[in-house]
Amino acid sequence: MSFSRKVAQLVLLEVRLEWKNKQSITALLIYSLASIFVTYLAFQQTIDLTTWNSLFWLIMLFASTNAIAKSFLQDSKGLQLYYYSMLSPKQLILAKIIYNLILLSGLSLVNFFIFQLIFPISIDQTAQYLLSILLGSIGLSTVLTMVAGIVSKANNNAALLAILGFPLLFPLLSIIIQCSMNAINGFDWMVNQQLFIVLISLNLITVLLSYLLFPYLWRE
Amino acid sequence: MDSFYKNKIARAWWWKIIAIVCLVYTCYYGFIGEVPAMVVLHETIRNLYFHVTMWMAMMLLMLINAIYSIKYLSSLNRYHDIVAEESGKMAMVFAAAGLITGMVWANYTWGAPWTNDPQLNGTAATILMYAAYFILRNAIPDENKKAKIASVYAIFAFVMMFVFIMVIPKMYNSLHPGKGGNPGFNKYDLDSNMRMVFYPAVIGWCLLGTWLMSLKVRIRRIKEVTEEN
Repeated sequence: MSFSRKVAQLVLLEVRLEWKNKQSITALLIYSLASIFVTYLAFQQTIDLTTWNSLFWLIMLFASTNAIAKSFLQDSKGLQLYYYSMLSPKQLILAKIIYNLILLSGLSLVNFFIFQLIFPISIDQTAQYLLSILLGSIGLSTVLTMVAGIVSKANNNAALLAILGFPLLFPLLSIIIQCSMNAINGFDWMVNQQLFIVLISLNLITVLLSYLLFPYLWRE
Repeated sequence: MDSFYKNKIARAWWWKIIAIVCLVYTCYYGFIGEVPAMVVLHETIRNLYFHVTMWMAMMLLMLINAIYSIKYLSSLNRYHDIVAEESGKMAMVFAAAGLITGMVWANYTWGAPWTNDPQLNGTAATILMYAAYFILRNAIPDENKKAKIASVYAIFAFVMMFVFIMVIPKMYNSLHPGKGGNPGFNKYDLDSNMRMVFYPAVIGWCLLGTWLMSLKVRIRRIKEVTEEN
């Protein structure tokens, strides 16, 4: 079977596994709902556009850490052995990244609409905002999936994912917050273009790094 | 493991002499040398020799850390991992020194020890990244597994750190010279007196960092040999 077909099949397998056991995806939704509601209670009097944007990305950061924490944990020893014999590590990491990307973009869209519902603000350039959400999801899913792979080899300590992952996400988050803020303020595409290019290249670098480095993690 | 002892440069004495000479020279002329009279900066400009150079030594050590992590992954030679670990530790020391000298300087020139400056945030992030690197190392008991996983993280962290420190600050306004319309040092630094001290200072601190790192690697080696027997 060709490389890409195997990756696609693995992504489908992950989706099917997730769908069969809806518990974890429901838990994830409730987690982000609860955190949105907490921020609503805390900030209902004093929210402005910048705070709105920052809060949105903070909630996304924590929700996605939570979502991806289990991405390697979930696989049983038997399943891991099966993967080991059937797949190359490069296929595995690509499939996991793509699956987590689907999960996170869905999650961020849901979060976005709920956030809009509770704290209605007007976003001037919705298309730009949605694009920045997509690019942010790609970055979050790549970095966190890779770090989850690292953590899965280090005793699976849940706190370790945040400790190792957050510093690696600083560059991504600082650009993405700037970028989405520009979209809220309704800057022209020309203004944001440079930031989008930086974001895309950052995402390319992280995908490439994960793709190259993951085989060393897996083979032990 | 023994390859370090075959490494002639690490054992040579000439670059250590250069380090000492450069640092003595820096400390002497750094304090009594001529400096241009600048508004705001005044005599604090002498901190250039001690603050900026710390960053350069830190960058060099991080580069060594990343290179030896890559080398470890391709060779699985434990010595490479030890060099990576010790250079990471040394880089943290220089990062802390650079941060402290920078905060003292900023307090007198920008009016506050911590400003929301991309460069400062980058440094804080770097320190967190390398702290995480050591937490990861301590979380894994098995030596070979630890070395491998830590190397993977170190390479990833180095690239992210590079983006955060070198690329992003160029995109925003910074209080640092040479960024966001602030005049770069080379504008007034062209004062040749300062250059005569600055370049040796860079060489001296970088060599000192490498030297300290190589000493720590050798101490590790001695410990291992004595424990074996």
